[in-house]
Amino acid sequence: MVDFWATPGGWTLITLGQILLILVPLLLLLAVLIVADRKIWAGVQMRKGPNVVGPFGWLQAFADLLKFVLKELVIPDGADKFVFLLAPVLTFGLAFVAWAVIPFAPGWVLSNINVGILYIFAISSLGVYGIIMGGWASNSKYPFLGSLRSAAQMVSYEVSIGFVIITVVLLAGTLNLQTIVEKQAGWFWNWNVLGGGLKNLPMALVMIPMMVVFFISSLAETNRPPFDLPEAESELVAGYQVEYSSTPFLLFMIGELANIVLMCAMISLLFFGGWQPGFPTPFLADWSPFAASLFGFVCFFIKSMIFFFLFAMAKAIVPRYRYDQLMRLGWKVFLPMSLVAVAIVAAWRVFAPAAGA
Amino acid sequence: MALQAIAFYVLALVTVAAGLAVVSARNPVHSVLFLILAFFSAAGLFVLLGAEFLAMLLVVVYVGAVAVLFLFVVMMLDVDFIQLKQGFARYVPLGGLVAGILAVEMIVVSSTVASRGAASANDAPMAATDVSNIESIGRVLYTHYIYFFQASGLVLLVAMIGAIVLTLRHRPHARRQVIADQVARGPKSGMRVVSIKPGEGVGE
Repeated sequence: MVDFWATPGGWTLITLGQILLILVPLLLLLAVLIVADRKIWAGVQMRKGPNVVGPFGWLQAFADLLKFVLKELVIPDGADKFVFLLAPVLTFGLAFVAWAVIPFAPGWVLSNINVGILYIFAISSLGVYGIIMGGWASNSKYPFLGSLRSAAQMVSYEVSIGFVIITVVLLAGTLNLQTIVEKQAGWFWNWNVLGGGLKNLPMALVMIPMMVVFFISSLAETNRPPFDLPEAESELVAGYQVEYSSTPFLLFMIGELANIVLMCAMISLLFFGGWQPGFPTPFLADWSPFAASLFGFVCFFIKSMIFFFLFAMAKAIVPRYRYDQLMRLGWKVFLPMSLVAVAIVAAWRVFAPAAGA
Repeated sequence: MALQAIAFYVLALVTVAAGLAVVSARNPVHSVLFLILAFFSAAGLFVLLGAEFLAMLLVVVYVGAVAVLFLFVVMMLDVDFIQLKQGFARYVPLGGLVAGILAVEMIVVSSTVASRGAASANDAPMAATDVSNIESIGRVLYTHYIYFFQASGLVLLVAMIGAIVLTLRHRPHARRQVIADQVARGPKSGMRVVSIKPGEGVGE
């Protein structure tokens, strides 16, 4: 039987199992986070939020799921049927494909490829297609305008996200996410947000602003408020998703949420040491490998959830940007900032006395 | 090996079929979507070759940026399909000629490669096995080809500035928002306190 797991068939079964092991908890987590998001939002506005379905309303997401699935699917007359239905499936699929390279804990990664960070960048740059295709295929003016806005917005902010990622890659010296996290082991000053190690501490002056740039850009990249111009209810009704109903709308919504959680995970991986708890962990050597990994996973999970809380708070307390201000922020503020940061970090890596790898 | 062969044939088939669909699709937006599919499966072929860095770059640059702009433009075009069809017969000879020349060139190149004619003289550059292909590309690009690399960067910069210069026009009467001025504006410069006598109004 040992042989069977080495054959292509066995490999396929193992990989499928691993994929399910990531997907199912992730979907359950999203169901909780949807409610958490609304609860935080409500708390800021001194409301109660969803509180009817299940204890304290925590099962609201499942009620919503049933509602969406059971509703009638309306496809507008004159819509490009295939593209119209492909768009939400694409958004949904891409949002989950990216999780393949996320290292959840030491050794807990589906695919440890050495261009992991580029892979995530590539997948997240594909996310724009779901929105453009959905907006165009609806054959209607509001969705179309929403999708054009969104295309311009996502392409603009991708540029600064790319440069911020390059600063991290320069500090870590690798594109492999697992190695990037491993290099941030030990005390919390080894985290990339503080320059990655005491000898690089001056780089904290560059990396802290870069972390902020990454956070704000990921708000824009995931179409979260205050950058939710693609859907802007007050101007465009609901932007690219006007014509969507039932399950396709649900797919869009879950895909968007999965992208948000992915971005939270990315921030904690790139800047805050992923599964590293922020202090040396010699005691883990005595633990079983599984317990040690679980400990790392809990650290990673807590960090990611802190950033999800920040995402939710940003939604609650920041008013929506005007479109020209959004473009100005992306191209005239973030792009020059991140370009200069890349130059500074690169110069530091080459010329700093003790910078070595 | 068999799995790799299957993967190669599937990807190659999808690439070629998508390429054909690009030129034969009636709707230009569908053409661009097929083009994206072709890019994507070409990236898959790169992965099969073990060039995962190039594959990711292909996806990031072409699929993530270039094709988005294509789609952006094509979606906003108001294409007259009947007019498009009329042009077809006129361009067939020219298009056929270009395609024929390309086909001959490809056959010549691939037959020389197959017989190791031109390539046998100098050794094929072997990738070091202990480094990732990002590192080996970087080593070649930033040592042997550093001047060419920088020159191509300059060419791109010139093209970018050229595009901006060609499209930038300052409308003299357009009002622009100067954020710095707005931020610098305080109550002293933005407000004027006047004392108005009852019954007289402001009166300039």
